Amino acid sequence: MKQEQRSTKFGKYGGQFVPEVLMPVLEELTEEYEKYKDDPVFNEELDYYLRDFAGRPSPLYYAKQLSREYGVKIYLKREDLVHGGAHKLNNTLGQALLTRYMGKKRIIAETGAGQHGTACAMAGAAFGITTEVYMGAKDTVRQRMNVYRMELMGTKVIPVKSGSQTLKDAINEAMRNWVANVETTHYLIGSVVGPHPYPTMVRDFQSVIGKEVRKQIMEKEGRFPDSIVACTGGGSNAMGIFHPFIDDDVDLFAVEAGGSGMKTTDKEALHSATLCAGEDGVLHGARTKVLQNKYGQILESSSIAAGLDYAGVGPELAYLADIGRIKPRYSLDAEALEAFHDLCRLEGIIPALESSHAVAYVKKAAGSGELGDVVVINISGRGDKDLETVLGMNK
Amino acid sequence: MRIPEKFRELKKRNEGALIAYICAGDPTAEGTKEYVTALVRGGADIIELGLPFSDPVADGPTIQAGIERALAAGMTPDIYFKMVRSLKVHIPLVVMTYYNLIFKRGLERFVVDCSASGISGIIVPDLPAEESGELAGLCEKNDIDLIFLVAPTTTESRMKQILTRGTGFIYLVARLGVTGARSDIAGSTSELIQRVKTNTPKAVGFGISNGRQAAEIISAGADGVIVGSAFVDIIASGNDVPRRLEALARELKYGIKMAPE
Repeated sequence: MKQEQRSTKFGKYGGQFVPEVLMPVLEELTEEYEKYKDDPVFNEELDYYLRDFAGRPSPLYYAKQLSREYGVKIYLKREDLVHGGAHKLNNTLGQALLTRYMGKKRIIAETGAGQHGTACAMAGAAFGITTEVYMGAKDTVRQRMNVYRMELMGTKVIPVKSGSQTLKDAINEAMRNWVANVETTHYLIGSVVGPHPYPTMVRDFQSVIGKEVRKQIMEKEGRFPDSIVACTGGGSNAMGIFHPFIDDDVDLFAVEAGGSGMKTTDKEALHSATLCAGEDGVLHGARTKVLQNKYGQILESSSIAAGLDYAGVGPELAYLADIGRIKPRYSLDAEALEAFHDLCRLEGIIPALESSHAVAYVKKAAGSGELGDVVVINISGRGDKDLETVLGMNK
Repeated sequence: MRIPEKFRELKKRNEGALIAYICAGDPTAEGTKEYVTALVRGGADIIELGLPFSDPVADGPTIQAGIERALAAGMTPDIYFKMVRSLKVHIPLVVMTYYNLIFKRGLERFVVDCSASGISGIIVPDLPAEESGELAGLCEKNDIDLIFLVAPTTTESRMKQILTRGTGFIYLVARLGVTGARSDIAGSTSELIQRVKTNTPKAVGFGISNGRQAAEIISAGADGVIVGSAFVDIIASGNDVPRRLEALARELKYGIKMAPE
C-alpha cells in the first residue's frame, strides 16, 4: 500500500488531489493502464494506428539554412507532419485504444483552442467511440473552424457557458460530467497534467517521439545530440521527447511562454512560464508548480500560443526542474514570432506558435555555447492554425 | 462550539442536524454575516462557510457562480478569518475550501487561524485520505475536526481508511455528481447510509433542496442533512435574501424534525 502510494508521485510532486468520487475510477484506470501498457496485443494495435493512421515515424530533418543562420547544427523533429498537424494524436490514440480495452463506450475531453479536441475527434472516429468535447463558449466562437472540424468527424462539441467561458470552465464541466458518468466514460486528458496516472500515462504515449529520435539521430550523426529543446505548456511534447533521454548525457531545455513579459499582478500573469516563475501548489489533481497569488488563487496566464497558455505544468517536469535534470527557460511572444518567421522563410516549414518558442530559444542561446554543437528541436505542431494570430500581430 | 457536542445535544432531542452551506463573501463579507444570522434563526445547527478558490472543480455551476461573486468582491483568507472571528453565533462553524489555499497559507498556520477564529471543522473536497496525513495531525493537535467525504463509488478498503481518519461527521455524497439542487433523491442514498458503519455522525449532502427530501434522508438513517446550492440560489437572486434563507432553513429543519423513524 505504502509503495503504491509513493509511485503516484515524482519526488514531492504529483499525487491524486481529487474529489472522493473520482478516487475509485483513478484506481481502476491505474490498474487497467498497468495491465495493458506492456501487453503485446495492445501495443501491436497501437503501433499499427501510429504507423498507418497517424503517419509515424515522423522525420528528423536536418535544417541546413536555419543551422547556418543560428550558428549551431539543428535537427527538427517533425511532429507537425503527424496526422492532424501535431503530436497530440500520439496520446489520444493511446488513450482511445485503452478506452476500448477497458470496455468503456464514451470519451470526454476538454479543449481550449481546439487542438486536443480535434485529436480526440480523430481518435474517437478511428475507433468508433462516442466522443464529446467540452469547450468554453467564447472559445467555440473564436475557434469556429476547429469546432466544425470536430463536428465533421462526428464529435459533439459542448459549449460551456459558466464562469469565464474558456478552457478553465471547460475543464470544470468535463470533470463534472466524468464524475456523473464514471462507469461508462473515460476522461481523455491531453497533457502530462492532472492526477496520477495521467502524467505517467500521457508521457508514455508521447515517448514515441523521443524513442524515434534516439534511432534517427544515431543514423544521421552516429551519436546523441548535445541538447534537446521543446516548448512547454502542460508539457506533453517536452516529456515525450525528453523521457527516453533522461538517463543519457543530453541537456534538456523546457522552453515556456514568456508572454509579453515576466510580470504578474494579483489576478493575472503576463506569461505562462510556470517552471521559471511558479511556486509549489496543488492544481487540477496534482501537486506541481503553479502560477498563483499570495493566497493561492490561480492566476490567469497569458501567451500568444494557446497551447502554452496554462497556469500549471506537469508534475514530473516540476520534479525534473527541481533536481536540475531539465533546464527551464522562456521565450517572449515577440521572440517566438520572429523565430516563426525564420523557420517559414529559411526552411519552408510553418511551425505552430507553441513550437516557435523552442526555436526562439535556440536562436537566443546558440551563441552562448549552452546548447553544444548538435541540437534537436521538437516541432510539436504545424502553424496553419496560427496564421490569423500572426497576421494580427504583424499589423 | 465543537461539532461532536452539537450532535450529542441533537441526539438527546432525537433530532437530525441541518448543516447549511454558503460561500463567504457572496456578495460581500457584511452580507455573509447577515445571512449566517438568518440561517441560525431559521434553525441551522452547523454552518459551512465556503472559503472561495479560483478553480472549484468539485462544485456545481450554482456554487461556482457564488464563489466567483465572492472572489470578484475581494474575499481573501485574511478577510475570511477576520469576518469569522466577528460572527456572534453559538453553533459550530466549518470551513470548506480547496487544498491549494491551505497549502499556500501553510498547513499549520491555516489550522491555527481556524482555531483562533472559532472554526470547529475543515472540509477539503479535493484532499483524499491518502494525502491528508499532515493536515489530520495538525487538526488533532488543535482540536479541529477534519471532515471527509464518502461517495457511492467509494470502495470498502477506502471506506475503512476514511472512517478511521474522519472526525466531526462523515459527509456522504448522495449521488454521483457535484453539488447542485435536484428534485429527487437517489435510491443509492439509503444504501450508502447503510454501508457507512461508524459511530461518527453521518450527514448527507449534494442535491437536497426542500423539507420533504430532508425528511427522506433522515428517515433513511442519516444524522444530518447538508444543503448548499438551494441557499446559494437564494443569494444569487438578490431578492429578499435574509428572509428567504431563514424560511428555507425553517422548512428544512421542520422536515428533519418531522421525519418518520
